Amino acid sequence: MQDNRLSEVIADAKESLKKVSSDQDAEELRVKILGKKGQITQLLKGMGKMAPEERKEFGKAANQAKNEFAALLAEKKEEIEAAAKQKKLEAEKIDVTEPGKLVRYGVQHPITQTINEIVDIFRSMGYSVYESPEVDTTFYTFDGLNAPEDHPARDKTDTFYISDDVVLRPHTSACEVRAEEELELPYKIVSPGRCFRCDTPDATHSATFHQIEMMVVGEDITMADLKGSLDLMAKKMFGPETKTKFRPHHFPFTEPSAEMDVSCFKCGGKGCNVCKGSGWIEILGCGMTHPRVHRNGGIDTEKYTGFAVGMGVERIAMLKYGIDDIRLLYENDVRFIDQFK
Amino acid sequence: MLVSIGWLKDYVDIDVSDKEFCDRMIMSGSNIETAEEIGTGMTGVVIGRIDAIEKHPDADKLVVCKINVGAEEPLQIVTGADNIHVGDYVPVATHNSHIPGPLHGQPKVEGGVKITKGKLRGVMSEGMLCGPQELGVEDKVAPMISKDGIWLLPGNLDDKLGQPLDEVLGLKDTVVDFEITPNRPDCLSMLGMAREASAVFGHELKYPATECEKADEKAEDIIKVDVESDLCKRYTARVIKNVKIEQSPWWLQKRLMAAGMRPINNIVDLTNFVMLEYGQPLHAFDIRHLSGKHIIVKTAENGTKFVTLDGTERELDDTMLTINDENGPVALAGVMGGLNSEIVDDTDTVVLEAASFVGSNIRKTSKKLNLRTEASGRYEKGIDPNLCHEAADRFCRLVQDLGAGTVLEGAVDVYKNPETAPTVTARVSRINKVLGTDIPREQMVKYLESLEMKVEGEGDEMIVTPPSVRQDLLEEVDYVEEVARMYGYDNLPMSLPDVGSSAIEDPAWDLRQFARDLLSGMGCDEIQTYSFSSDKDLDQAGVPKDTIERDFVKITNPMGEDTSALRTMLLPAMLQTMALNYNRGNDFFRGYEIGTVFANNIDKDAKLPVETKNLSLGSYGEGEDFYTLKGIIETLLDRFGIRDIKFRAESEYGTFHPGRCARIIAKTAEGQPYEIGIMGEVHPDIAKGYGIDGRAYAAELFFDTIIANANREVEYQKPPKYPASTRDLAVIVDEDLEVGTVKDAISEVESDILRDVQLFDVYRGLPIPPGKKSIAFTLTYRADDRTLTVDEIDAVQAEVTAMVKDRFDAILRD
Repeated sequence: MQDNRLSEVIADAKESLKKVSSDQDAEELRVKILGKKGQITQLLKGMGKMAPEERKEFGKAANQAKNEFAALLAEKKEEIEAAAKQKKLEAEKIDVTEPGKLVRYGVQHPITQTINEIVDIFRSMGYSVYESPEVDTTFYTFDGLNAPEDHPARDKTDTFYISDDVVLRPHTSACEVRAEEELELPYKIVSPGRCFRCDTPDATHSATFHQIEMMVVGEDITMADLKGSLDLMAKKMFGPETKTKFRPHHFPFTEPSAEMDVSCFKCGGKGCNVCKGSGWIEILGCGMTHPRVHRNGGIDTEKYTGFAVGMGVERIAMLKYGIDDIRLLYENDVRFIDQFK
Repeated sequence: MLVSIGWLKDYVDIDVSDKEFCDRMIMSGSNIETAEEIGTGMTGVVIGRIDAIEKHPDADKLVVCKINVGAEEPLQIVTGADNIHVGDYVPVATHNSHIPGPLHGQPKVEGGVKITKGKLRGVMSEGMLCGPQELGVEDKVAPMISKDGIWLLPGNLDDKLGQPLDEVLGLKDTVVDFEITPNRPDCLSMLGMAREASAVFGHELKYPATECEKADEKAEDIIKVDVESDLCKRYTARVIKNVKIEQSPWWLQKRLMAAGMRPINNIVDLTNFVMLEYGQPLHAFDIRHLSGKHIIVKTAENGTKFVTLDGTERELDDTMLTINDENGPVALAGVMGGLNSEIVDDTDTVVLEAASFVGSNIRKTSKKLNLRTEASGRYEKGIDPNLCHEAADRFCRLVQDLGAGTVLEGAVDVYKNPETAPTVTARVSRINKVLGTDIPREQMVKYLESLEMKVEGEGDEMIVTPPSVRQDLLEEVDYVEEVARMYGYDNLPMSLPDVGSSAIEDPAWDLRQFARDLLSGMGCDEIQTYSFSSDKDLDQAGVPKDTIERDFVKITNPMGEDTSALRTMLLPAMLQTMALNYNRGNDFFRGYEIGTVFANNIDKDAKLPVETKNLSLGSYGEGEDFYTLKGIIETLLDRFGIRDIKFRAESEYGTFHPGRCARIIAKTAEGQPYEIGIMGEVHPDIAKGYGIDGRAYAAELFFDTIIANANREVEYQKPPKYPASTRDLAVIVDEDLEVGTVKDAISEVESDILRDVQLFDVYRGLPIPPGKKSIAFTLTYRADDRTLTVDEIDAVQAEVTAMVKDRFDAILRD
């Protein structure tokens, strides 16, 4: 009789459990079935009237049923919690296509970026940054560099003068004799900086511009070293496939002198509008430092040899980014600058 | 230097394609700007002879010609040109022919123009007579008699009538424009380029003929030359009689035109031709205008007036070298002849001058008079005086060949100090040491000999004498280059220098980049502005008149008044940059510049101005205000280890809003205050002056001062073991009282446990009375060795509170 009753209670409870959909429902059902006044407790209380044997068995069955149901109930509760959690997460769904909050990050000027790129390449090759003044004497800018007395660059139509023997340097080569005087041998330096020439501004001319000078002095420095160094620089800068070509040229402060072309980094040498169909782009001037320039800086030219390289920063930046007007670089319209991320 | 490959072949065999010619010339040191094919783009253009010219019945400006093109019937062609005569030989574009164009008076058409027959004012024209330009010849080289008219072809072409013009005239050629570097003036000549080509391609150099037939009459019997100035290194004169001025033969005209010169007449053309051949300028005088038949070379007297060939009267001074007769100047030496001795159509006797002058003097004269000519340009660059005689002889030989006159025997040649090219010892070992090569002596000798150099000596020493035209070869290193370029730069090996660098870097470079990276992180764009400035810039920016920034380093030859000095500060350019962006509708700007500024050196013995780096900042737009900019500056300074910074209100600096400007002051480790810069909101009047209507902010910092005081060493401390406690302090004070003053006073209270003071609120408005404000600080208490007790904290807090109440007349808020 009691057995049947227990079965009924459990069956009812299980049925009720199916309908439970909240924590509250679950608690109510627990109280109703398992609570102090719950149905199973009630049944257990009625055991006193049973025979000992019967009572033992019934007690066992009732406890088993109680545990079983408690487990079911716990399971149900977990289910409800999980569902609630899920519901909450679903409710918190956001539109991931809404814009992110603006975190400003500034852009460094393309001239700075170009200089840094080149300087960093040379530093990685063991060169030291060595800066020299933007305003310098005619000795360091011309005479010390073996420029002839009547060299056109000395004209007041070419170079800005502060006095008869002080100029705004027209090239970073002005660092060369300074370095010779100041530095311990051997040295490998890279010297970036601003230069000035009396050029009326137009798409390709600017009275203010930047150059980077490289200079190496040591024992047994050869033209092969010059070629190898610049070839490596070109490959680091424009990619490992880059080829270089050295053409004889003339500069007063180097002998032999050369201009270096690199295979066009846009078309790879096939010929395009950047390289004007030739497949090559002129990038820099270089050469073995003229012994007179070494002597002007007090270097023993029999023992030491060296090379020097000069390149125009704006030219490289303009070629690299396809900028067709140098004035854009000095105008500083943020819509221009912000593109050089 | 324009070089016709066709002409160059007169002196050296060239048996490679044009492309290979150009490539190998470039790689041996003769750089090329352009290489252009000429004489192309025409079909159906033939040689014709004008047999009759009649008036056009219905047009005054047109004529109807009968043109013999070798056919049975002449062609009838209508033309508007007025330089033609019966018997002239002309280019005829026949029906359905094609010419490169452009047609007379019309723009150039890509791909040329087709010519067909048609009626002109009712008269049939079976083609067109062409001018030089219509056949692709540039106007500036069109022969004088054919300029703006029909091309009148020289010589007798009766046996060529009807034959293709381009074939008969040999028009097809390639003209290469060589970029001649200043060390190689010898290459400004066909022979110079031929010498290079001869060495590069290994073919013999063929010199032109210079000998003349013997004559009885001698030049020295006719003309006398005195050189009275050392500025004239050599003066060679020859005399030609019975001169017949006429059009030059085609071979001569063709070569001049390819070289970019206009054929004029035989004598003028020959002076130009020989100049192009040898690089030696020549000048021809009409002897009738040489008073006393006496040439005197001397400097002018100050104030001498002289009319040059171009018809301009010029005033000379005593630095200028002139060629004179017994009455005065007849030519400005090496620059231009005089109108008074010009060759004219009835000239009978010519005195030919081949002279050498000091280049720097010619350059000065040419500059002073603002008169640059082909000759002056060549003299400036330097000409071997040994060329004079040979060039004069070559001219005479060509006069003889052309039948243009009778050449008199000999020359009057004044050459006081003959010059020779220096003999130099070049070591094989040194050349290989510089180049990083192992080239044997024999190979080097071969290279040098191919360039017409004489090589003597033995073993390591090569004793080299170059041809005298090679004035660039002065010392051993010059031969390093000669060997290198003949060996081929491309054949040199590649290696990397096997040396380190003893140079110690100035940390400034990295610190500037550190600042840029910081500023990038704080959302600032970098700008770069020009280094020039002027008072006007500073006036516009409102910079006070009495500041050190007004003491400019001035440029003696500026491009304009506004760029006449070097910048002393970056602020004006920053304001201009903000203005540009604002006026272009860019609604937000936050930027900076790190750049060099210049100041006159207070040390009067110092030659150079003082260069330092400044940092400017600027901003406008949504969210930008004084405190945003201040925060950027504070963060920057903090990261440079600049501590103990004060912002001191500044109301007198014209650039800035008087109530929103601060000087930034820091202290050295020794407690010495120094200025870092100034910042603020741009004064509304100044902003308006730049066209900025809204609020803008700017700052200028002395960047090198920041670097000099930077301390980026980290002093590590363990995180505290014991907890900190905080207490707030809120007081009502006068509006004028700066929070910084109160904060400093609190910080200065002596206490081991008061570790930090931070302002967290400033409030104005009810219930705070007008003229007052509420300020609130958070005070942080902590000890290193224990947890603080409430009593300990309360004691210090009470002390602080009392001090603030007392010193600042503050009312404590609950």
